[in-house]
Order: sequence, then C-alpha cells, then structure tokens
Amino acid sequence: MIWQALMLQLGYNASLVALGAAALGLAAGAVGAFLFLHKRALVSDAVSHATLPGLVGVFLILTLLGGDGRDVLALMAGSALSAWLGLRWVRWLTTRTRLPEDAAIGAALSVLFGFGIVLMTVVQALPAGRQAGLESYLLGSTAGMLFSEAVIIAFGGLAVLAGVFLFRRPLTLTAFDPVFAATQGVSQRKSDAMLMGLVLAITVVGLKIVGLILIVALLVIPPTTARFWTDSVSRLVVLSGGLGAVAAYVGAALSASAPNLPTGPIIVLVGVALFTLSLVAAPRRGALARAIRHRRAARGL
Amino acid sequence: MGAEFVALSLPPLLIGTLAALACALPGNFLLLRRQALMGDAISHVVLPGIVVAFLLTGQVSTWPMLLGAAGAAILAALLIEAVRRLGRLNAGTAMGVVFTAMFAGGVLLLEQSDTSSVHLDVQHALYGNLESLIWLDGLGWSSLLDPRALQGLPPELARMALCLLLVAGAIWLFWRPLKLSTFDEEFARSQGLPVALIGFGLVVLAAIAAVAAFDAVGSIIVIAMFICPPAAARLMTNSLQAQVWWSLGFAALAAVAGYVLAGYGPIWLGFTQSVSAAGMIATVSGLILTLAALFAPHRTS
Repeated sequence: MIWQALMLQLGYNASLVALGAAALGLAAGAVGAFLFLHKRALVSDAVSHATLPGLVGVFLILTLLGGDGRDVLALMAGSALSAWLGLRWVRWLTTRTRLPEDAAIGAALSVLFGFGIVLMTVVQALPAGRQAGLESYLLGSTAGMLFSEAVIIAFGGLAVLAGVFLFRRPLTLTAFDPVFAATQGVSQRKSDAMLMGLVLAITVVGLKIVGLILIVALLVIPPTTARFWTDSVSRLVVLSGGLGAVAAYVGAALSASAPNLPTGPIIVLVGVALFTLSLVAAPRRGALARAIRHRRAARGL
Repeated sequence: MGAEFVALSLPPLLIGTLAALACALPGNFLLLRRQALMGDAISHVVLPGIVVAFLLTGQVSTWPMLLGAAGAAILAALLIEAVRRLGRLNAGTAMGVVFTAMFAGGVLLLEQSDTSSVHLDVQHALYGNLESLIWLDGLGWSSLLDPRALQGLPPELARMALCLLLVAGAIWLFWRPLKLSTFDEEFARSQGLPVALIGFGLVVLAAIAAVAAFDAVGSIIVIAMFICPPAAARLMTNSLQAQVWWSLGFAALAAVAGYVLAGYGPIWLGFTQSVSAAGMIATVSGLILTLAALFAPHRTS
C-alpha cells in the first residue's frame, strides 16, 4: 500500500496531491534556506499563525454574502492579507520600541491566532452545514482535496520557486555582506521585503496541505538538515529544496495510503527523520563524525 | 450581577486571571533573556505530553495528564539544548525543529489512538474551554461563605491558585540570582552562581505555569500571557521590579476585559452567542501591547 502510494498508484487524485505537495515542499525548502541564512527562521512562525484571522474572516464574509466560503483563492488572499498585517506589526514593534524581535514574533503569533479563534467561534455559531471546511487549515489535510486545489497549490509552489530563482543573488548578498550589498543597490530593507514576500507566499500556498500550525516546519527543518551536508550557498538552497520536496512527497503519499495519518504531521515527521539522520551521521558536520574527530585529536595529543 | 454571575462568570473570570498572572510572571524573565519564544515552544509540546499520558493510563484524568505535559515540556527543553549543541545550531532553529516535531508526533498519536469516546482533541488543547468552568453550587454571593458550596468550585481554580503561589514563591525566593543571571550572566558566574541551573529552573517554572494554565484555559492564553504583558510592561519602566508589577497588572486587565468582552460584547451588539474567551483575552493583551508601544514612557532605550 505504501509502496503503491509512493509509486503514484493510488489513483489520479492522490497522485496529483502528492505531486502538488512535492512542488510545495521544493519551494518551501528553497525559501527556508534563505530564511536560515538570514537567521530569521522563526519569523515564519508569526507569518503562519497570523494567517488565521484573514482566513476565517474571508470565510465569514463569503458565507454571509451567500457564497461558498471554501473558495481556495479567496481564502489564500485573505490569509495573505492578515499575515502581511502581522508582519507589519512585528516590524513596527521592533523598529518603534526596544523590544527584541523574538518577543514581537511571539506577540504577533499569539495575538493574531487568538483573534482568529474569536472569529472561528463566530463561524461555529453559523447554521449547521455552513461552517465545515475550515478545521483542515489548522493541521492540513489532503482528504477530499479538489483537482483544482491541487493544481493551484502546485502552481503556487512553482511560482514561489521562480521568485527564489529571481531573488537569489540579492538575498545571498545581504545574508553575508549587507554593506557590499548596499553598494550594489540592494538595501537591507529591499531584501527583507523580498524574503518576507516569499515566506508569506509559500505559507499561504501550503496552508491547505500542511496546516498553519506546522507549516513553519517546512521552512525550518529542510535548510537545517541541508546545512549538515554542505558549506556552499547554492548547494544549500538546492539540497534544502530537494529535502523539502522529498519530505512533502513521501508524507503526502503515506498519508493517503492509510486512514488516520494526518497529512501535515506526517510530512513534518518525515522531515524530522531526515534531520535526525543528518544530525547524527552526516560526514564532517554530523555529531558522530565530530565525536570521532575529537577523540582522534585527543589521542594525537 | 447576581446569582447568575457568581455561578457562570466568576469562576472562569478568576481562573483566567490566575492563569494570566502565573504565565506573565516567568514571562518577564524569558523576555529579558531573549527566550520569549520558549513559552510558544512549551505550549506546543504539551499536546504530545497529554496524549502519551492518556495512552498510558487509558483515561482522561488530571494528574497523569499534568505530569505528562510537564514531562514533555522538560523533555523539549532538554532536546532543544541537545540539538543546539550536537548540531551547532542557533537556539531559534533548534526550537523550531523540536517543537514542530513533538507537536506533529502528538497529533499523529492522537489520530491513531481511539479517543473518540473521550474529550481530547487538538481544538481543546489550543483554546481550552474557559466558559465551561462553571460553579453549579454558586447560588449567589453568599455561597462564597458556604463551605459546602465552595467544595463544588471547579478544581481548576484551586490548582491554578496553587500554581500561581508556587511560581510567585519561587521567583520571590530566587529573585536576586534570577535578576543577576538575567542581566549579567558573566558577573553572576563569577559570583559562583550556577547560571545554567538557574536558566533551566526558569524554564521548568515556565513549564509548570504553562501546563497548569493550559489545562484550564488552553494554549493560546499561555503564549499570549508569557509575552504580551511583560513586553508591554518593559516599555513602561526600566526597573525589573516595577516591570514585574506592571506585567501582572496588564495580565489581570487583559484577562478580565477579554473575558467580559467575549461573554457580553456580542450580546451588547445584539448577537445571541458569545465568542471564545481565550481568544479574546489574547486579543486584548495585543491591544494593550500596541497602546504601550504608542504611548509608554520607556519605548526606546
């Protein structure tokens, strides 16, 4: 069954979802690599939690207007808007006050998520039958995903990937040498906007599959894993994208192969397995290799 | 404001306030140590803790679950440290890997085990159910003096009060070492203080507060109260002692105003349903932080 799922033999829809997830994982891994290089990994946690009010708000508005609240593109637009506002708030707090960025991130994620929950209880007060369809965005789900949704996610992922390719030079420059980057016409502010734009886009695209609580893992774990294997930036980005694609593809396929295997958590756990393997066994930078080197050096003395 | 208030609103109001205070207290130190997101990590790993406790004991009972949650929080703190050292990663990245991994594991365990017969789900873990903590024996204000009626108070109230007492006591007792190691770790070390142990103790204290509060009110309040009231308080004053008092005031204000707005606000606006109190308390704490960032006397250093 698992083998069939991995070989795309579980039917047209499941295969399409697995491929869509792979495109998403690829793009998320690549974006995550730059986030890692800029040491801003946890900003993505604020972005993902901040999507909730926009997501639920759009659902509410559409439903009250008599439309279908589950329209994927509308929900994506709503979540992008509120995540953007969340990012602005983080930026505002850190530039205007002496609060460190981690505090601003924590404030934004808890407050906006809390406000999203308030709106969620309003949705739950709607007449029965009109409130279904939002829970899956919390933890991600591929069950019953429409063909059109899988296509949107796959193309969304590829679009973000194109963005990464386009911005790869300025983003690399500012990560290592902001002063030189500025002489080349790339200000910190501009590169920050590029990076956050990519993070926001990939978060919104991935919400449906991975869920907003765990999408941060898709941006954090692959680059951290890739870092154990290489010192070169371009290889880090490619490897991180590849690891993200593998985790998302295998995770989505496994999740489709049996009941009660929630998609988001499975994808994350596959990623964690790859991470743990690399942490222990990577040549040179892995814990095992370092321990051996350490002992040799000690014996040499 | 009579019998109905005493039975339905007083207990959740008190429990919410006590939870907010218990989280805001250690939050002050986490904020100053640039560990604000520790609260976020801890509250995410509580879920696998209670699920494992449920699987081991086969029932939803309080103490095993609290122990499981506390165990998971401490395990997470140790794992974060281990991943950080073994992989030579920065703290934020290590945190991101560990808490998403543990949360994903918790969700998977929950989905795989048969919990349909008991009240244990992700939603509950996220936003608790403050509104359900009612006091059926509370027939009016006079019941507060009736020992028999008092026995019918929700057990969360006594637990939360005990927890607040414990956290406040520990901080009062270790005030000087905590303060020293927070502001000047090198100096604290030179004075012979066990700096690493103090840091770990603080995380354990935060975990105790998070676990007790989580049980009563869900994890959104926990994250918001760890960060928002201390952050707002930080902008009010330069003295640590004053900051702690301000943060307690802000936490209590957020809890009371949030609860009242959630319970009565929609009714004032002409709706019949109330909204999530936990979410509203987090929202109000964000408003307080925004106001502090606009008008507080010590916004910048």
